[in-house]
Amino acid sequence: MLMKYSEIEEDVASFAADADTVLLANRVEKTYPNGTHALDEVRLRIQRGDFVSLLGPSGCGKSTLLKMYAGLEAPSHGHLRWLGADSPAKSGLKIAMVFQEATLMPWANIATNVRLPLDLAGVPKAESEPRVQRALEAVGLGKFGASYPRELSGGMQMRASIARALVTEPDVLLMDEPFGALDEFTRNRLDADLRALWSQRNAGGGKPLAVVFVTHSIYEAVFLSSRVVMMAARPGRIVADLPIPEPVRDDEFRLSMAFNEHCRDLSARLLAASGGELEHD
Amino acid sequence: MKTPLIQNPKVMKIVAPALVGLFLLVTWQVLCMAFKVPIYLVPKPTDVATTLWTDGPSLLGALAVTLKITFLAFGMAVVLGVIAAFLFVQSRVIETSLFPYAILLQVTPVVAIAPLIIIWVKDPTIALVFCATLVALFPIISNTVLGLRSVNPGLLNLFRLNGATRWQTLVRLRIPSALPYFFGGLRISSGLALIGAVVAEFVAGTGGTGAGLAYQIMQAGFQINIPRLFAALVLISLTGILLFSLMAWLARISLAHWHESEMA
Repeated sequence: MLMKYSEIEEDVASFAADADTVLLANRVEKTYPNGTHALDEVRLRIQRGDFVSLLGPSGCGKSTLLKMYAGLEAPSHGHLRWLGADSPAKSGLKIAMVFQEATLMPWANIATNVRLPLDLAGVPKAESEPRVQRALEAVGLGKFGASYPRELSGGMQMRASIARALVTEPDVLLMDEPFGALDEFTRNRLDADLRALWSQRNAGGGKPLAVVFVTHSIYEAVFLSSRVVMMAARPGRIVADLPIPEPVRDDEFRLSMAFNEHCRDLSARLLAASGGELEHD
Repeated sequence: MKTPLIQNPKVMKIVAPALVGLFLLVTWQVLCMAFKVPIYLVPKPTDVATTLWTDGPSLLGALAVTLKITFLAFGMAVVLGVIAAFLFVQSRVIETSLFPYAILLQVTPVVAIAPLIIIWVKDPTIALVFCATLVALFPIISNTVLGLRSVNPGLLNLFRLNGATRWQTLVRLRIPSALPYFFGGLRISSGLALIGAVVAEFVAGTGGTGAGLAYQIMQAGFQINIPRLFAALVLISLTGILLFSLMAWLARISLAHWHESEMA
């Protein structure tokens, strides 16, 4: 069942936060002082435990939208809601973010880097150290706590960055093209591991984890997400919101007919939305 | 396979400049002897070495005075410079209103204001320290300000996202990020403190028991004791090199485990 964006728009009346909505953007616009229209009337709801990809070409405002969800940027018009509250702090929602680069502190070892969010929150070391170790093991870096960032490869640095995001056990994980700078093999491995981490978190009785993943790779979006939100540029807007229902994501899924069809469908829609002149990057 | 000793980079680092120095000294010696240059114009390196040996005690006493002023001024410059830098990064308003005056400090020649300071400040040591501090201050301020501002924007966002306080951001992010720049400032400033100490003493011209190397140079000039003048110069240069090496070593032990500038 494919839901078109127009159908969502008809749903405006009920476009308010319910108990399962963690993040909500309602008619959000962003215009920069230089006149760039980064976002135009964007409506997007992220549910508890969702895995949503924001997919689109450069300049479609996907990173801007992510920064707004993080509370790092304010919209020019419209409003955002975090669990119904008008700021992340008031909502009590735990939000973690992974950036395009690993952004680790080069002077501190990996364990200290991963412990940073807990240190800033004043968690005592006796409590934080086992949590750091668990987070490192979850991303496959259990033995690298004492290493320095420069001693690790790009992929391993990214893993450390993900461990740092997961160590607070967040409700929402915002990821801004995290694997864009990695080679394809490393990227596929990390995609598979990320999806597995997300499934684990949401399978048990624990807190569900919602992921919002910004990417410009159609394949990555289809492989990872339960829902792909497609955006187009000039002005940045949402042009499609499609579920990817297949529950199992493994190497077989990558080679399946279903995977291919999703990718072709998304390519066609992206091309149509850009008026045929799609700018790849 | 063992690499030959000469290709070892550590050995090269000492041997190569030493060979250049030796070549220059020998050339100097040979030229002086060949053209019979009188000692009161250009002394031979051997004359300078002899003078260093015979006049050593009195010159070393003078060196101690100059060193005392250098270190006091350098210490003052570090403390004041860091305080000023922290003030500047607190707000753009503070920086824009005060930074022009910091530049004023830098561009005013110490030779021009030293006579005033020597008139106003009674104690000659304090007056000289004051002058040398003025010379050494600016690199510390400008480098530390640059460092405190050169924070990775991604890390800054991460700190914001995790609700870090101003204090946490300063201690855990801004200060470590600023360290490589601060050490760069230390290197420049340590040399400037020495230059400031010597220049200020030239202007002050204070003699007697508290006389430093600059006074020795002036005296030697008046007496046309050129070998002694050269000997004093050699001591000042050696002190400058030692100071620089000390700062480089400090930077290395503090940054070696993470910063590109100090890695092998």
